[in-house]
Amino acid sequence: MTEVLRVAAAFLIWPGLISAALLGWLYLWLGRKTFARLQARQGPPFYQPFFDFVKLMGKQTVLPRGVNAGLFALLPWLSLAAMIFALALLPVPGTSSLSFSGDLILLLYLLEVPSLIEVVAGFTTRSVYGQVGAMREAIMTLGYNLPFITAFIALAIQGQSSNMRELLARPLGPTHLFAAIALFLAIPARMKMNPFSIANAEQEIVAGPLVEYNGRPLGIFELVHGLELVAMAGLFASLVSGSVQNPVIGMVVYLLVSMLVVVATTLLSAATARLKVQHALGFYWRWGALAAAAAVLVAAFLK
Amino acid sequence: MGIFDRLVATARQKSPWVYRINASSCNGCDIEIGPCFCPRYDAEQLGVVLQGSPKHADILLITGAVTLRTEAAVREIYEQMPGPKAVVAIGSCPATGNVFAGSPSVRGGVEGIIPVDVYVPGCPPRPQAIMQGIHEAARLLAEGKTRWAGATEAHTLKLGEEMIS
Repeated sequence: MTEVLRVAAAFLIWPGLISAALLGWLYLWLGRKTFARLQARQGPPFYQPFFDFVKLMGKQTVLPRGVNAGLFALLPWLSLAAMIFALALLPVPGTSSLSFSGDLILLLYLLEVPSLIEVVAGFTTRSVYGQVGAMREAIMTLGYNLPFITAFIALAIQGQSSNMRELLARPLGPTHLFAAIALFLAIPARMKMNPFSIANAEQEIVAGPLVEYNGRPLGIFELVHGLELVAMAGLFASLVSGSVQNPVIGMVVYLLVSMLVVVATTLLSAATARLKVQHALGFYWRWGALAAAAAVLVAAFLK
Repeated sequence: MGIFDRLVATARQKSPWVYRINASSCNGCDIEIGPCFCPRYDAEQLGVVLQGSPKHADILLITGAVTLRTEAAVREIYEQMPGPKAVVAIGSCPATGNVFAGSPSVRGGVEGIIPVDVYVPGCPPRPQAIMQGIHEAARLLAEGKTRWAGATEAHTLKLGEEMIS
């Protein structure tokens, strides 16, 4: 019984849905505020992402003609379910998250689902903009997944394990540095921030895969976007905080590094313009591949 | 209203996402909408975000005197927006047709095509007036007093001294 409660708490409370939603709204606000301040603007108040979400949940849903209603409504919830599962597996400080051999592979698979569902959503909405956006997102996954997954492969090679908690508990070394570089390269593309805001290029394809989404389904997609930010920032932060012994200091480090990741990616997005998809892919298969290869080689030979 | 209804109403006022149509405007009003999202006025402080898709928006900003060609497009875009929604007519053109009233190719105002909630007079109105208009429409959305929701009359923004100076 207590096991069931512990698992349910991991899914729903910490590091699951409720805490991740709150953190996600905090990080989204932090990103928007930093972006605004960098542009010499004031920016939104701290409660903005929360009210954006509530407003969307209170809107009607307009179904585009010819689109399968069931699929239209179901896709965002599938994305949310995958994200909740992924969040429950996040290696946060403390002992609250689930941990078992192979959870690294499961986490990586689950983190692929939101992108995949956005691609499917873009194609099913029968909008030209949605289809181009979906195609761009699919191409971008081929790019950013190279350094993203390889960063974790490097950690697994070093630690000879597929249990994330074990891998991250090892003392910091050069492998962590190279894995962090490879991971950081992938985060802006995952979050569709400049210079990789290619899938949701407003000036080019209106809104990307979610152009026809509205109302409650759009609200759920926006929530998933926030949860993705928490997962990405959290994964980077756990590279640093995983080896900290004291759980309180570990938690402080985890939250601070997460917010640092948000600020750093926002700085990058404010300072750059959008790349073309072929240039972005070229970047990931040259520099991303280099970072990935470096991480694996350091893990295999330097430990 | 229950607590959830009140929360959603507050959210509608705090998060007014905007979509704009140029119904054959001279672009003067559109050029004045631009600074609303730039550092000097920064409408994002009010939660206003300029959206690319009408399906993502709550408030429709319409400029221009509405020619016969743009009439169908205006109606179609309004219909694509999910409710609750409000319309802000920016400038004198969507209100009366302005200098183009009487022309054979100009409809002369957006009234009758879509229900307008707020008229912001001016040629062009200043960004402060436009932001006040958006804020007024957001307030109407929160109170459920938009014409989409059944209200019968539109509000015309009365410009104060600070707007004209």
